[in-house]
Amino acid sequence: MANERPKADVVIVGLGWAGSVMAEELTRAGLNVVAIERGAWRDTSTDFPPAVDPDELRWHTRRHMLQPMSVETTTFRNRTGQEAAPVRNWNAFQFGWNVGGAGTHWAGMSWRFLPWDFQVATQTAERYGQDRLDGLTDEGLMLQDWGVTYEEMAPFYDRFERIAGTSGKAGNLNGEKIKGGNVFEGPRDRDYPTPELKDTNWMRMYRETAEGMGYNPFTIPAGNISQAYVNPLGVTMGPCTYCGFCDFHGCGNFSKSSPQACILPALMRRPNFTVLTETEVLHAVKHEDGKTVTGVNYVTRDGQEGFQPADVVVFTAYQMDNVRLMLLSQIGEQYDPATMKGTIGRNYSYQTCSSVTAFFPGAKMNPFIGGGALGVQIDDFNGDNFDHSDLDFIGGAGIMGYSTNGRPIANMNGIRPGTKRWGSEWKEAYARDYQEAANIFCQGTSMPTRDAYLSLDPTYRDRHGQPLLRLTFDWNRNDKSMIAHATEKAIAIMKEAGGEDLMVDNQAEASWNPYKQHSSHTIGGLVMGADPSTSALNLYLQSWDCHNVFSVGASAFPNNGGYNPTLTVGALAVRAARAIHETYVNNPGPLVEA
Amino acid sequence: MAKWIKIAGGAVVLAAIGAGGWAWTSLNTSRSGVADDSVALADFTSDDAEAVARGEYVMRMGDCAACHTRGQGDFAGGYEIPTPFGTLVSSNITPDRDTGIGGMTERDFFDALRQGIGQHGFLYPAMPYTAYAKLTDGDMHDLWAYMSTVAPVSNDIDENGGMAFPYNIRLAMAGWDMLFFSNSGFEPEAGESEAWNRGKYIVDGGGHCSACHSPRNALGAEVAAAYLEGGSLGDWSAPDLTQNPHVGLGGSTAEDIAAYLRKGSDGVAVAAGPMAEAVEHSLQYLTEEDALAVGTYLVSLPASDTPAPEGADVASLPHAALDYEVNCSACHGLSGEGITGMVPAFAGNKGLLGDPTNLIHAMLKGARAPHTHEVQTAAGMPSFAWKLSDERIAELLDYVRNSWGNAAAAVPASSVAEMRASLDAREPMANPAQ
Repeated sequence: MANERPKADVVIVGLGWAGSVMAEELTRAGLNVVAIERGAWRDTSTDFPPAVDPDELRWHTRRHMLQPMSVETTTFRNRTGQEAAPVRNWNAFQFGWNVGGAGTHWAGMSWRFLPWDFQVATQTAERYGQDRLDGLTDEGLMLQDWGVTYEEMAPFYDRFERIAGTSGKAGNLNGEKIKGGNVFEGPRDRDYPTPELKDTNWMRMYRETAEGMGYNPFTIPAGNISQAYVNPLGVTMGPCTYCGFCDFHGCGNFSKSSPQACILPALMRRPNFTVLTETEVLHAVKHEDGKTVTGVNYVTRDGQEGFQPADVVVFTAYQMDNVRLMLLSQIGEQYDPATMKGTIGRNYSYQTCSSVTAFFPGAKMNPFIGGGALGVQIDDFNGDNFDHSDLDFIGGAGIMGYSTNGRPIANMNGIRPGTKRWGSEWKEAYARDYQEAANIFCQGTSMPTRDAYLSLDPTYRDRHGQPLLRLTFDWNRNDKSMIAHATEKAIAIMKEAGGEDLMVDNQAEASWNPYKQHSSHTIGGLVMGADPSTSALNLYLQSWDCHNVFSVGASAFPNNGGYNPTLTVGALAVRAARAIHETYVNNPGPLVEA
Repeated sequence: MAKWIKIAGGAVVLAAIGAGGWAWTSLNTSRSGVADDSVALADFTSDDAEAVARGEYVMRMGDCAACHTRGQGDFAGGYEIPTPFGTLVSSNITPDRDTGIGGMTERDFFDALRQGIGQHGFLYPAMPYTAYAKLTDGDMHDLWAYMSTVAPVSNDIDENGGMAFPYNIRLAMAGWDMLFFSNSGFEPEAGESEAWNRGKYIVDGGGHCSACHSPRNALGAEVAAAYLEGGSLGDWSAPDLTQNPHVGLGGSTAEDIAAYLRKGSDGVAVAAGPMAEAVEHSLQYLTEEDALAVGTYLVSLPASDTPAPEGADVASLPHAALDYEVNCSACHGLSGEGITGMVPAFAGNKGLLGDPTNLIHAMLKGARAPHTHEVQTAAGMPSFAWKLSDERIAELLDYVRNSWGNAAAAVPASSVAEMRASLDAREPMANPAQ
C-alpha cells in the first residue's frame, strides 16, 4: 500500500457515541488510538451555535447534518424472493455524517433497557413455560438472550450516564421502588447525575391522567440536561433551554449529551489520540492466519487510498455499517435464512411503534417549549412488566406523552382530520391546532425472526464499487399484536385526558417501508451472545471469528427494547473498551472460548 | 503584541548614539558571572532530574512555548509578530547547534534571557527580558538544565529579516535598553509575607504580567506609574489588575484569582483571547501555592484611579433586550448568570466594564475558553459578525454592560465598525428585518 500510516494500538472506525466512549477509555488507559471518521469535524460554536441550531429548514427538513444518500444507502425488500431496491431518502433511520455521528443529531432519550430485554428467551420460558417459547420459535421468532444480564450491565450504564449527564429521577434505587421514577426500571446504585426535566402543560395533563388510571407515570430520562453539570472527564455541560430543536439538530448551548458536549473536548487534547476525518474505511484487512486482521484500508475525501495498521480493529460505525464492514472484510459467515447458518446479518429488527394525536379545544399546549427527550411515560405495558399469560404476544411498549418539539414546519400536518390543507382554512386551523394538539407515542419492542436479516446486495454498489447492504424485513405477527395492544392503551389514555378528534397511526398495520419514520431505532445484524452459532460477537463485543476485531453499536442487540438504544450502546462501549484495555491487550486472544 | 512594539525607532537610534555614558548600568552583564561559560548547550547534559523538572516549571511560568512553539517543532520558533516597522519572527531556542541556541553557553543564555543580549546582538523587547531579568540564579540554572533536554530541531529563522531599516539594526535596542531597561534582579520586600514576595516574583518575573497589563508609552516601554492598570494589545485589551472596584479586581479574593489562573475561570469571568492562551500554556501549570501567591500579591495592589463609569441608558434601546434573549441567553443565562467555569457571567463581571475591546472582538470573531487539566470544556463563543450589524452589536454590549447591576460607558457603533475592518470580520447578511 502506497500510503501506510504508523501502526496504532487500536483503530476505531466511526467516531460517534460508541467510538468516542471507546477512544476515551482506551486513550485514558494509555493506548495509542487512531479513529477514522467518514464525516467532517463538527464543533458546537462554529457549526451549530444557538443562532444557527434552530434552523428547522436546514437541519430537519433538508437533513443537512445527515450523510447524503450518494455516499451510501441501503437496499430494501420486505421478504426474500423480492428484488431489493435502493432507498433514496432518509426516513426510517439516518446515518450520521460527522465527528459525533448520530450522537450529534439524536433526540436525547436516555434509557436503560429492562432486565427482561436482555433475557427474553429464558424469562419467557421461566414465566410462561418452555412450550410458550417453543411456540414462538415455531412461529418464526428467533429469541435468544444477550449473554449479559442487566445486573452485569448496570455499572456500565452508570458510567455512561455520568459522562452524558443524564437527567431523570430514579424509580428503583437498589431495589427500593420510588414513586415518581420508573418503578419498572432495573435497580440502580444511585440517582441520575442531574434531576428530571420540568413538565410542560401536556406532560402535566398526561401525568395526572395516567396516574388517575392507576398507572405509574414518570419523567423520561433525558440527554437534554436539566442543569449545568461537570462530568467525570472534567467537561461542563450547560442547562437545557427547552428550545425543542434537538433531533436532526446539533445543540448550540452544550446541553444535549453528545460526543461534542461530553467527550471530545477532553479526548481531542490527548497526545495518544488521532482522528482522521472525511476518511472512509473500506474494510479490515485479514491476516494470513485468518484469525486476526492487520488493520483497515481507507480512502480519503480526495480519493487517496491508505492502510492503517493496528493491533485491534473496532467497528463503531452506524448499526448498518458495522454489519456491512464485517461482510466486506469477510469476517465470519453471512447468515442464510434458508439454512439458519451463519451469524453475520441475523437478528435484524426495527422497532414497533404507533402514535395517537388528539386535540384539546381551547388548550394552550405551547409546544415551542420542548426538548428531544421531554416527556412523561408509563412503562406499565412495556417489556414483561405486565402479565402476558392471556395475551398472544410477548414484549410491550413504552407509552409516552411527549413535548419533544414545536417545529413550525414539521407540525403543519398536525391539524384536525378533515381540515383543508391549503388556503385560509388551513392557516386558521394550523394557528389553532399548533396550540391544541397533543401526542402520545408507543415505542415497542421488536423480536427477531428467521426471515429478517441483513446481507450484501447482489446488484447495487456504492461510489467505491463496494456492494450496498440489503435489508430484508417486515413486521412479524407477535410484534403486530403487541403494538395493537399498546395502541389501545394509548387511545384510552388520550380519551381519558379529554382529547378529541383522535388520529391513530399504527405503523405495523401496513408492511414496513423505509420512507416512514416512527422510530429510527434499527438494530441487530451483528449480535452479541454466549453461543457462537447464534451470535457474531461474544459477551465482550469481540468477534468470534477474528479475535482482534470488536464491534459496538445497536447492531449488537439481539432484540429491540421498547426504548431508545443510545444508553445501551454507550454502556456496551464502556464494557467492550474495558475488556480490551484490561484484558485483551495483555494477552491477545479470544476472551471467551468458543 | 503588535502595538507594544511601536518603538519610535529613530529616537531610539539617536539615544543609542548619544547616551553611551549610561550604557554601563543597563548593559552590565556581571550578573551572568555565576553561569558556566565553557560548555555549549548542545554539549551539555544534566543528571539532575529534579533541576530539569524545576526548569520545566520555570519554562511554563515564563510561557516560552507561547512564542517559541508555533507548529514548526517544540521551541523551534517561527511565530511571526507583526509590528508597524516590519515583522519579527520568534527564534529557534532548541539546542540545535546551527539554527538554534546549541552554541550558547550557560552564560550566553543568562545574558540573553535576563539582559536581552543574544547571540546575534541585542534582542528586541518583544522578548520579555525586561521581566525575565528578575529571575533568580537558581531558576536560571534550572531552566538551562531543562533546555538541555529539549530535542534539537533544525529550523533556520531570520528573526529580524522582515524589519525595515533602521529597525533591523539590533544595536538600536541598546539605546532602548538604556532608556527603559531596569537591569536588576528581584529584591524581596522585607515587610511583606513570603507568599506576597513569591507572588510579586512570579508577576514581575516569569509571569511577565505587566507586558500586557501595564500601559506602554510612545516608545513601547511600560508606564511604571500605571503598573498593572490595564493595557491595550490592539485587537484585545488586558484589564486592570489593581483593586479598582469598578473595572479591576476589587472584591476578588486571592482564591478567586488562583482559580482563574489555574482553571481559566473564577466562576464569573472566563479567560479568552491571549489570556486563554496564557492560561492554557502557562498559568494552569502553576502550583496551587504559587497561584495563591500571585493572588495574594495582586489583591495588595492599590486601586487605580479609573473612576466609576457613568453608565448608559439601556431602557430605551429598541432591540437590545430581545436581541440578548435570542442570541445570548441560551448560554449566558436570562439573568446574565453564565455557566460556572464554562461561559462567562455578565452579572458582577467587572472585567467587562472597562475597555470594550474584548467584547467587540468576541462578538465579531468569536472566542474560546482555555482547555485546562481541571476544566476540559474550552467552550466556544460563536461569531455574530454575519448576523448583527455594528449598531446592534453596540446596543447588545451596552445592554450587558448596563444590566444586572452593571454600569459602563456606551460603546460607539463606530468602534465595532473599526474592529470589523481591522479583524477582517465578515459583513452582516442582508436582513430586511434590521
